[in-house]
Amino acid sequence: MSSMKVHVDPDKCQGHNRCKALASELFELDGYGNAKEVGDGSVPAALEEKVELARANCPEWAIVIVEE
Amino acid sequence: MTRSATNGQRPPVGDWATDWDHLDPRWRNDPYPIWDELRSRCPIAHTRRFMGAYLPTRYEDVRAIAYDTERFSSRRVIVRDYRLDPPPSTPPITTDPPEHKALKQILLPLFVPDEIAKIEPQTRRLCNELIDKFMSEGRCDAAQQYSRNVPVRVIATMLGVPEDDGDLFIRWIHEILEVGIRNEQMMRDGMAAMNRYLAAEIEKRKDAPRDDLITKVVSGKINGERLTDELALGMLRLLLAAGIDTTWSAIGAALWHLARVPQDARRLVAEPELMSTAIEEFLRAYAPVTMAREVVKCAEINGHPIEAGNMVLLAFPAANRDPAMFPDADRVIIDRKENRHAAFGLGIHRCIGSNLARMELTVAVQEWLKRIPDFCLDPARPVTWSEGTVRGPRSVPILFGKTAC
Repeated sequence: MSSMKVHVDPDKCQGHNRCKALASELFELDGYGNAKEVGDGSVPAALEEKVELARANCPEWAIVIVEE
Repeated sequence: MTRSATNGQRPPVGDWATDWDHLDPRWRNDPYPIWDELRSRCPIAHTRRFMGAYLPTRYEDVRAIAYDTERFSSRRVIVRDYRLDPPPSTPPITTDPPEHKALKQILLPLFVPDEIAKIEPQTRRLCNELIDKFMSEGRCDAAQQYSRNVPVRVIATMLGVPEDDGDLFIRWIHEILEVGIRNEQMMRDGMAAMNRYLAAEIEKRKDAPRDDLITKVVSGKINGERLTDELALGMLRLLLAAGIDTTWSAIGAALWHLARVPQDARRLVAEPELMSTAIEEFLRAYAPVTMAREVVKCAEINGHPIEAGNMVLLAFPAANRDPAMFPDADRVIIDRKENRHAAFGLGIHRCIGSNLARMELTVAVQEWLKRIPDFCLDPARPVTWSEGTVRGPRSVPILFGKTAC
């Protein structure tokens, strides 16, 4: 079975916060509002649709999804 | 010192590709066909007006310019008929790297989602108080009696100044960013009045700090050093000016859309879970804000040479209608899944207030729909639009209840 991981590229993120709004379980913000993935970025199967939505709404193309 | 190129009467635009003018009445009333035509015929238009300025209309080109802070400086962010030297400073939006980051980091923590969530209940109350005033009349001007008053009162409260001063702020913004594009004296007068007001507020906070944005900016530090008064004043000019007519325009445009497309209003009432994607779609389709850059080094964008000394009107609203980026770009699809719109800019100058604007827009539409689910445009009265840097409706006559269509 494949597993999915998500990563926010910190050099691209500008803090639009769309990912946090769309998939709050998977992203957290620092004090400046920049996002990073929660923990090691593992995406439970139930959240795969949400993470895809977050990726598709990031104006900076900062969200990378890797299937392992 | 001021250099001025254009005086007197404004000639109508002949060819938009070589003579564009965002103050032309055709742009003001309906810019979308202009941008569509340019995108297919001449995606980076130029004009000799404004002492020389480019107009990119493709998403890809707008994005490339927004990301290229080395050739495209933010020292000037408004396309005007004249150029002020030095240009008016409202850091960090008028600041380039490397100074930009530390200045932006002073403001960013004040606008993160957790901070904005704190003022949501009062925004909801405010919206209902505004609706109370016209509810029994069955008609209103949604731009003047509703949208206009939400952001200005919220930012006044955040800054820590009287809500009733909002009319002053709106006048200054009109003078600086709208009329002031062509009228230098008006721009200077508006700026001077805003400076006097903010300087007095800064002095008050020095003696007695308060729990408000002005105090937080005045006590802001970079590498342990207090901001100079000039820097603090410039940042407060930004906080005062950036969040008023912009969000007013966004709320007004959303309600204008829902008045014209009642099936979208009905769907949002029936399926409130669509509100978040609907708000993003309104922001995409009716993005109010264009910013500008000054070309400081010659560049090439998609094979198109860009000459230093010109301005660039960074038309985020045009980028948002680019069919190469957004399928059915001219259709408003309130459940659009993929939406990387540029309403709040792209790159390092992403709007600091985007979380605040989204909250205000969401709350204003939600509270309106709760109280006034059925409404339409009043066919007897015109919808009017603002001019220049920020485009949004300034009159949206609405009928509802017994008088509704």
